Amino acid sequence: MLELRDIAVARSERVLFDGLSLGLGPGDLATVVGPNGAGKTSLLRVVAGLSRAHAGSLQWRGRPLEPGDPVYGRERLYLGHQPGLKADLSVSENLRFLLELQGAGFDPEALETCLAPLGLGGLAHRPVRALSAGQRRRVALARMRLCGSLLWLLDEPLTNLDVDGQALVARWLDEHLAGGGLAMVASHAPLGTRHPGRRLEVALGR
Amino acid sequence: MSGMLAAALALARRDLRAALRRWGELALPLCFFVIVLTLFPLGLAPERDTLAAVGPGVLWVAALLASLLALESLFRSDMDDGSMEQLVLSPQPLALMALVKALTHWLMSGLPLVLLTPLVAQAFYLPGNAIWVLALALFLATPTLSLIGAVAAALTASLRRGAGVLGILVLPLAVPLLVFGARATDLAIQGQSAAGPLYLLAALFALAVTLAPLAIAAALRISVD
Repeated sequence: MLELRDIAVARSERVLFDGLSLGLGPGDLATVVGPNGAGKTSLLRVVAGLSRAHAGSLQWRGRPLEPGDPVYGRERLYLGHQPGLKADLSVSENLRFLLELQGAGFDPEALETCLAPLGLGGLAHRPVRALSAGQRRRVALARMRLCGSLLWLLDEPLTNLDVDGQALVARWLDEHLAGGGLAMVASHAPLGTRHPGRRLEVALGR
Repeated sequence: MSGMLAAALALARRDLRAALRRWGELALPLCFFVIVLTLFPLGLAPERDTLAAVGPGVLWVAALLASLLALESLFRSDMDDGSMEQLVLSPQPLALMALVKALTHWLMSGLPLVLLTPLVAQAFYLPGNAIWVLALALFLATPTLSLIGAVAAALTASLRRGAGVLGILVLPLAVPLLVFGARATDLAIQGQSAAGPLYLLAALFALAVTLAPLAIAAALRISVD
């Protein structure tokens, strides 16, 4: 479904790596590993469509990707370093906006049942400003469950999370992959997923 | 199509809500506008003829500078908290999202300025008829200014200190607005029809509202890259 062909990624005119080819199908998990500065975030931003690849091509469902592709926009979820939350708005207002932006419906009950395991039950109407860094990260992670995207692109999803939070991310990833989803995850720490499907490791900067 | 509309409304609602919760930032350009305008009668001779002569020009320049002040924040917070990435990645057309952001911005910065003008224009002894022409001209010009400004704000969004560059980019492009706007007010003061310059301001708005969103979208894609 997702095809990377001879991708080269550059930052400020310096080529970080080139010749990366990769194919991901339903149930596949690709973990991107490598030292700081190897280009993990840059690779994920290229796959997400935020940055242009220095060379090579990307395909989704057999079609080359253009910036602003509406199908890819609905089916791909990108969680970067910044959670994309407005500090002045409440947890539920933020998530509602992000879901409507992605063309997914908003269901207040689904929100409550999703926030409870995140330890955010009862905080739906609290402004994001009043949350800790870990709690903000958890709000961003709630989108994984709510927007029903097929391809998850997660950049260091475990940052700021406690042990329980990390286990939850692993469980959600397992369920996502078992349901035929795809995921590409950049992480320093082991993810702890148990899903038996295909696992690829993209090692950068070696 | 309905998803596109729902997303556009959701964006407008989010921006309005977030801005109203920090109403102090909204009030800042308006206070600046009023203070600048009260400085002129104090600095110049407070004579009726002098003030009525410089009034239209001073009002227009103050309105331009005040809206420039509000422009810096247009994309800044979205860039800082990562919501700009999500906007660019969304399945919605980025030009539509850009248009919504620029017009929402106008609702909160341009429109209050227009509403305030009839009050502050009293300080310059403008005749009643000219005050309404002035307000109408500002009502036509400020959305154009928001759209032009949004292009520049999108280009400078990734710069840490973009405010100075913003002024240099926007003010030359605002010259036609200033020329036609001040002309309309002048004609009204002389008791003549101001329809010509007002139509030209409306035409400039039509031009900006069709072209600027595309330019803003392209600039935003560059800025998040």
